[in-house]
Amino acid sequence: MTDDDIQSDGGATKEEIFGTGDAVERARTPPAQRLKRMYDIYVRTPLLVGWSDWRTRIGGLGILFYILMGTVGVLIVPSPQINEGPNFLGPFEDFSIITGTDYIGRSVGKQVVHSTPAMLQMALAGIVFAIGLGVLIGLVAGYKGGTIDRALMTVTDVFIVLPGLPLIIVIASIYPPRDPFLVGSILAINAWAGLARQLRSQVLTLREEDYVEAARAMGLGTPTIIMQEIMPKLAPFILISAAGAATAVIVASVALYFLGILPFTSDNWGVMMNFARLRGNAIANPGHAGHWLFLPLLALSGLTFALTLFSQGLDRVFNPQLRARHSKTVTDDEGGEP
Amino acid sequence: MRYYVQRVFQAIITFVGGLFLTYCLYRLMPGGPVQAIVARIVSRRVRQGRPVDAQEIGAQAERMTGINPEHGILEGFYNYVFNIVVYQDFGRSIGFSDPVFDVLFRAMPWSLFISGYGLLLGFTATVLVGTLMAWNEGTKTDSGLTVFVLTMNSIPYYVGAIFMLVIFGFEWGVLPTGGRFPQSAEPGFNAEFMIGVVSHGAMPILSTFILGFAAGSLGMRANTVRIMGSDYLRSAELRGLSTNRILTRYLARNAILPIYTGLVIGISAVFSSSVVTERIFQYPGVGWYMLEALELQDYPLVMGGFVFFAGLTVIAILIADLTYGLIDPRAGDAASRESF
Repeated sequence: MTDDDIQSDGGATKEEIFGTGDAVERARTPPAQRLKRMYDIYVRTPLLVGWSDWRTRIGGLGILFYILMGTVGVLIVPSPQINEGPNFLGPFEDFSIITGTDYIGRSVGKQVVHSTPAMLQMALAGIVFAIGLGVLIGLVAGYKGGTIDRALMTVTDVFIVLPGLPLIIVIASIYPPRDPFLVGSILAINAWAGLARQLRSQVLTLREEDYVEAARAMGLGTPTIIMQEIMPKLAPFILISAAGAATAVIVASVALYFLGILPFTSDNWGVMMNFARLRGNAIANPGHAGHWLFLPLLALSGLTFALTLFSQGLDRVFNPQLRARHSKTVTDDEGGEP
Repeated sequence: MRYYVQRVFQAIITFVGGLFLTYCLYRLMPGGPVQAIVARIVSRRVRQGRPVDAQEIGAQAERMTGINPEHGILEGFYNYVFNIVVYQDFGRSIGFSDPVFDVLFRAMPWSLFISGYGLLLGFTATVLVGTLMAWNEGTKTDSGLTVFVLTMNSIPYYVGAIFMLVIFGFEWGVLPTGGRFPQSAEPGFNAEFMIGVVSHGAMPILSTFILGFAAGSLGMRANTVRIMGSDYLRSAELRGLSTNRILTRYLARNAILPIYTGLVIGISAVFSSSVVTERIFQYPGVGWYMLEALELQDYPLVMGGFVFFAGLTVIAILIADLTYGLIDPRAGDAASRESF
């Protein structure tokens, strides 16, 4: 726009139509400062907000620990070898192999560390699959409404109704998955449905908001509105669901490997537990091979604990309503006491 | 009334849709169930030195699976459902050489016993603990219970099951580690049988309880805290109603509404997890038979088990949906929405 244009407000503001001068400002700020601002908005602030709640702090540190274990830990800890020590060495008996050994003298601790990458891969695949599908179907169904909504929700209901583990078991018996990424995707096959339903019900209220209506009146396309107007509002919820999906996939995969339903390919905690049960008779005789069963169990519980804590904390951090409600009842003390 | 008809109709559609999806999977199994059975019969006949008549074996396999390989998937699906609806004929179990329906029907009450009790106890505890936390908000009771619930919530349900099995089952030997009731007991109305059923069911029920319990109590707490600030509760207090009455009639009833949906999803989670629970405790319910059937490649039984789980989940969700209208009269007013 040049100064020669006639403007209704006499050129007092530099705003473009329906804009707030973002583009102009963006052109004025140097890249370094822009980068700093982006860092502040997208990295520093969420981290600080997350750090303020003890659950997110502990959960986040826990998740970071497992990620480090799966990436750096694998490089630091040597891979387990046969006959590192006597077979079925108990924990704390020999301090060079503090975690004890399995039926062929491999260190249990090293196995747990070297199983982590497979678990993380499964969790990642589950997140991508479940969240991708859930977000797509939930947002489109909720926003579009009408026939599309009904059709998509029928499909979603079918997947909610199908019992998750039995379905996974049937699929896994037909197409035995070997790659951890594929296992993760199959395990998430019914995790997306619940998310889609929850997202839809959230969109149902959002779609009536003024700013969405304004966007619609401006003639923006459905994908633009969903991606730019609705999605950012739901981002925290989606992040929380991602932690939930990861938990579900990890829990299901270890259960199925433990029961020996999925084909054993990579080392993972479930396979270890299965071997401990079958080769070490760990359940009936925990004094003999209990450490072999319980250490992967501990690692699993730690990971799910960190993920749950993280998502619970995020819920608190991102939910301003909940926060306001909370602070109100704490400071005001009204109705709180019997 | 229209709401109820709509819900029932929807439930039927989802059920049939789910069945169709699984039926496609069933037919798409490598080699297919019919071929697997034909191969098995042929090898048995050859071993026994009896003549191999392709047509007769084909007919036998067809009888066992209820599948005619010449039918397309759609026609086959129609026949499968028709047989189930009209004759309760799910085909014949290969591994247990009984009609699938009989095998599942015998196992069904036990599965319902475990899941139903676990779910019921879990839901009751959820409501109680959630209300208790909210009522004592900010105190030591609250934070202690929060930590406890979070821990319960985050540890996979079968971890508890394995620990119970190790400690109660094998280390202390106080509870049996498998089966539904003692071998020696005569099923019926006698003390030995009834005590046996309870002690065999205790650990599976307890581990289902853990699964159903922790999930909702934090949500329940949040709801209750929110409702506790509302005016109608204060006016109830001012009217001098007793704490008990306020808690049960005014607070808990309204706080349950939002987590009711969570319970609905919890039902299907509990049923599908019973596959793992029953396997760990060697408790021959439907889930146990289903896994056993998978290992024996007993496809009719796998499919039958699947129909059972899907049907049970549909019915449970339907009941929850229909009763939701009863406990929350506002439900269903979002029916008329504009579509963009």
